[in-house]
Amino acid sequence: MMIDPLSVFLLLISASTPILFAALGELVAERAGVLNLGVEGMMITGALAGFAAAYATGNPFLGFLVAALAGAVISMLFAGLTQLFLANQVASGLALTLFGLGLAAMFGKPFEGVKAPPMPTGPLRINWIVWLGLIMVPLIWAFLNRSRAGLILRGVGENHEAAHALGYNVRLTRTAAIAFGGAMAGVGGAYISIATVLQWTEGMTAGAGWIALAIVVFSKWTAPGVLAGAWLFGGVTVLQLRLQAAGVAVPVQLLSMAPYLATILVLVIISARQKYSRRAGGGSPGSLGTNFHALR
Amino acid sequence: MILLVPRQTASNGWQIATPVMAVLATMVTGGLLFAIMGYDPVAAIRTIFWDPLFGPAASYSRPQLLIKAAPLILIASGLAIGFRAGIWNIGAEGQYIIGALTGAAVALALYPLEAWWLFPLMVLAGLAGGWAWGMIPAMLRNWFGASEILVSLMLVYVAQRVAAWMAFGPMRNPEGMGFPGSRNLQQYPSAANPELIAGTGAHWGVVAAALAVLATWVLMSRHIRGFHIRAAGTAPRAARFAGVSPTTLVAFCLGLSGALAGAAGLFEVAGPAGQVTDKLGTGYGFTAIIVAFLGRLHPVGILLAGLLLALTYIGGELAQLTMSLPAATVQVFQGMLLFFLLGFDVLTRFRIRRRLRA
Repeated sequence: MMIDPLSVFLLLISASTPILFAALGELVAERAGVLNLGVEGMMITGALAGFAAAYATGNPFLGFLVAALAGAVISMLFAGLTQLFLANQVASGLALTLFGLGLAAMFGKPFEGVKAPPMPTGPLRINWIVWLGLIMVPLIWAFLNRSRAGLILRGVGENHEAAHALGYNVRLTRTAAIAFGGAMAGVGGAYISIATVLQWTEGMTAGAGWIALAIVVFSKWTAPGVLAGAWLFGGVTVLQLRLQAAGVAVPVQLLSMAPYLATILVLVIISARQKYSRRAGGGSPGSLGTNFHALR
Repeated sequence: MILLVPRQTASNGWQIATPVMAVLATMVTGGLLFAIMGYDPVAAIRTIFWDPLFGPAASYSRPQLLIKAAPLILIASGLAIGFRAGIWNIGAEGQYIIGALTGAAVALALYPLEAWWLFPLMVLAGLAGGWAWGMIPAMLRNWFGASEILVSLMLVYVAQRVAAWMAFGPMRNPEGMGFPGSRNLQQYPSAANPELIAGTGAHWGVVAAALAVLATWVLMSRHIRGFHIRAAGTAPRAARFAGVSPTTLVAFCLGLSGALAGAAGLFEVAGPAGQVTDKLGTGYGFTAIIVAFLGRLHPVGILLAGLLLALTYIGGELAQLTMSLPAATVQVFQGMLLFFLLGFDVLTRFRIRRRLRA
């Protein structure tokens, strides 16, 4: 079996793109101190909204724009619950995932069985959305580490009491971060429906949102780490598909477990290193998952 | 400007009122949604919440209530205990699937043996399978600090693929003419989980759900372990100083909720479902999370919430048949219910005050 390294690499970065977008968005939200377990729900919403828009207009890029909007809009349900009503973030995120999956299944029926408009390829046989994802990595890194707004965002995530005392608006910062996370998850979901599968099927994100959440842990909350995690995941997916195509004597159902098992393995290795490393902290933002309520 | 003032302790009145408010708000919003989609909102809500119990076809749908509520209550009773302690098992769906597989495996391995002890052995195998699948995230959290949320959820996808593999491979019915799926356990007398009282829908899973409600109530309100769990949930540091071991709690909560979910899976595969197929998981494990929250993590609340969510399942199917509403309506309703509950919950923990100065 001849394998052309370049074509394998192209497959790999394409397979990793949905996770890359979703994980970068969640990275920004988590750096602001918000743990949003609704990534899967926002991705499936983006996958449907994007596909519907691309199908209706014939323009895939318009589809991605609509997907970003839809992801941001539905993430506001989570923002309202956690920022205004101070609801538990884990439960609210789960609610967003369950609701998003249901909503997409309900409104997706008319779009079953139709095909997406073709994606134009960009430079180096890589389509523009993949390029956009790759460009987002240094942009988000620079935003978090080299900009004033990024510093405020990290401050809010590290210690919301201190950020509030300094006069920064914790809730507004977090709401903006949640909206950004929603938009990115929406684009990631739309990549699956518009550029990979080319059609809409119920539950098509198949846990990609949860894998994205694990990759943020793997990245130790840095943008380059997210890229590495997404590529690792893309590599496992491509390898698994190659083995299926090559007719290896292992049942298909067992091979298709690989991405999920790899995610668990990676999560265990990273968590263990954080648990047993001498340096305190382990990289997770100090206020992650806790709600802020200003008493003064 | 509105000001939220934290309460010293959660308000008991609002604890009971908010789930009721959430259900009403879901009905109103759901009705609006139906109106937008072009259905008659009043008829749709009546079909989902009233007709399954008192409508013209109620004699058929009423037994379904217990069939659907039993797994939800069984799973949610276990989940609620972990949620109380801040241990998030959201992979009950996977533990349910594995419990069904291990339970069915016992029956399929011993076929066609007829013995009184076969069904009890299957129940034990189902409990053990679910327990083991739940212990994976527990051990990975205790040994390596891996998030039990993500690990238990990943294991749902793994379990679904194990079920598909079993249905197409090792557990396929040798007399099934090549169709995927195992032998039908309902046609295997010693392994079947039949309706115990005709016309009620009550099978052994319903008995188990009732026992689970009773046992978790005793555990949480009368047993020292229950006190430890509540302490760990409300004041983790204080609980640790009092000698409550976090690792023991993680193993106990994930193991127990896994075992109960596994038993629910076994009762389903030996009863209403009948056989191992690739569609073994039907979402009970996820809906049970909503049941646990709606029931306020309290055994009695879970009993009522389980019956209500079972009603939405049956009503949703009825509305699909008679009004051709989309099948996913139920899922949307269940998601909405959780949203409203979490939103209204602000009232149990805070007092609403007007801010005096501008």
